[in-house]
Amino acid sequence: MLVLGIETSCDETGVALYDSSKGLLAHRLYSQVDEHAMYGGVVPEIASRDHLRKLLPLVREVLAAGGVRRTAIGGIAYTAGPGLIGALLVGAAVARSLAWAWSVPAIAVHHMEGHLLAPLLEPEPPEFPFVALLVSGGHTLLVEVRGIGVYQVLGESLDDAAGEAFDKTAKLLGLGYPGGPALARLAEKGRAERFHFPRPMTDRPGLDFSFSGLKTHALNVLAALPGTPQDKADIACAFQAAIVDTLVLKCRRAMRETGLGRLVVAGGVSANQAVRKGLQAMAESERYRVYFPRPEFCTDNGAMIAFAGCWRLRAGQFEPSAIEARARWAMETLTAV
Amino acid sequence: MILLAIETATEACSAALYQDGAVLERHEVAPREHNRLILPMLESLLAEAGMALGRVDAIAVGRGPGSFTGVRIAAGVAQGIAFALDLPVAPVSTLAALADEAIAETGCEYAFPCIDARMGEVYFAVYRRDAEGYPELLGQERVLAPGRVDFSSAAGTGAGTGSGWATYRACLSGLAGGRLDSVLSGRFPRAAAVARLGARIHARGGSVPPEQALPVYLRDDVAKKPKP
Repeated sequence: MLVLGIETSCDETGVALYDSSKGLLAHRLYSQVDEHAMYGGVVPEIASRDHLRKLLPLVREVLAAGGVRRTAIGGIAYTAGPGLIGALLVGAAVARSLAWAWSVPAIAVHHMEGHLLAPLLEPEPPEFPFVALLVSGGHTLLVEVRGIGVYQVLGESLDDAAGEAFDKTAKLLGLGYPGGPALARLAEKGRAERFHFPRPMTDRPGLDFSFSGLKTHALNVLAALPGTPQDKADIACAFQAAIVDTLVLKCRRAMRETGLGRLVVAGGVSANQAVRKGLQAMAESERYRVYFPRPEFCTDNGAMIAFAGCWRLRAGQFEPSAIEARARWAMETLTAV
Repeated sequence: MILLAIETATEACSAALYQDGAVLERHEVAPREHNRLILPMLESLLAEAGMALGRVDAIAVGRGPGSFTGVRIAAGVAQGIAFALDLPVAPVSTLAALADEAIAETGCEYAFPCIDARMGEVYFAVYRRDAEGYPELLGQERVLAPGRVDFSSAAGTGAGTGSGWATYRACLSGLAGGRLDSVLSGRFPRAAAVARLGARIHARGGSVPPEQALPVYLRDDVAKKPKP
């Protein structure tokens, strides 16, 4: 089955074509990051407007790149949530109407399901069951995955997502927005021994996270210093180490509690090299297997939506001709495939 | 000429099927339900007319101004259907659609459509009935405080219509003075009018490719840039 996937939940417009027998045929992404940078964060209204301008041109490109005729498309998958409601509605309206006019089934896909299934697009995909760490600018989530649609959230961030903490700390270090990747580069020049940041919520049982205190800690440390480039690099280094250690510790705990042997790491922050190294080292010492999607599928993309939607459509699931969009959507309410 | 028309810029969700001047319509005041209602409405219109979707020549869409989310639903649906079927889109002003209904109903020479834009502002324009009975825009469509609405381009009297008149009736009536001869109450833009105006735009070569079927928001200062 050939499925067109459309993702517009935040500030990236993603479109892809996935075929259940041939795999991923084409995918394109337009990132609005430059439009939002001057505002210091994503402006929902600007994001919604931009999705509507960019979506159809991307669909056209993907169809041309995939070399398929429109009549070959057997279904359409779109991100219906969670995310920015205005942004979601653009993708949902276009996608659902395309499906309606083509008389093919449409499926509303959960954004986080897309992320956690993204590693299944790789040549050596993980088998079920596994533990997934979804770590991005919008989410920090540990999920036990028994199969497609069978999810149990083990823990999540009670305040800032890990990626959000990266961006906010980068901002106060003067690295602009979104500064997470710049912070990671700066951390390489930092001296690990100079500062030690707290590892939030690691001294008690449980799998929830809290990252907002780290940003405040960074602010307090910086305020007491002249703020030289070396000071900032050292803070970046200590901050990143605290995030990595916390993620590693919670993942190890989740693996032990579930007794599972496979860990899937997805979401924008999973592209961070220190995070990857830390989790890989933990997995090696504990003899777990760890799976990452390729960097372009760590961040938001249409491929993961086409893929997740394809599984559901093939199982006979589809939505009526209502344009579905939900800012909030609990993963546990998804149906199994 | 056969058109499907969509208008979801205000509290009303509205769809119409136009066949050489004859119009079938579905119209429901249902705030925040447009996304669930619009495609089933189109489906039921086609079913009632026994019309195959493949026979449609163009999509007419109310391109705003109105609720940002509402105009995007209309534009998104129009884009999706038009792209799927390789059809052009005829973009129609939501204010013109309101004016068209007022002219058809009252025979007024001028129409003063006004939509509550929230945040203490309205979308407003002055339209004149042309020789064929269609609304012709005088000046520009604007978003502005109701106290700054300007009726001076109307050289005669006309009808007020739209949600702005419900919210700011006293203020607008005062400004209109002798130019106002009636106010239609409880009116929301209708897809039947979008269809009628869209058919004319399409016939005159004013339709656009699907990706150019974009909303007209009027209000474009949607975010404050932080101070450096």
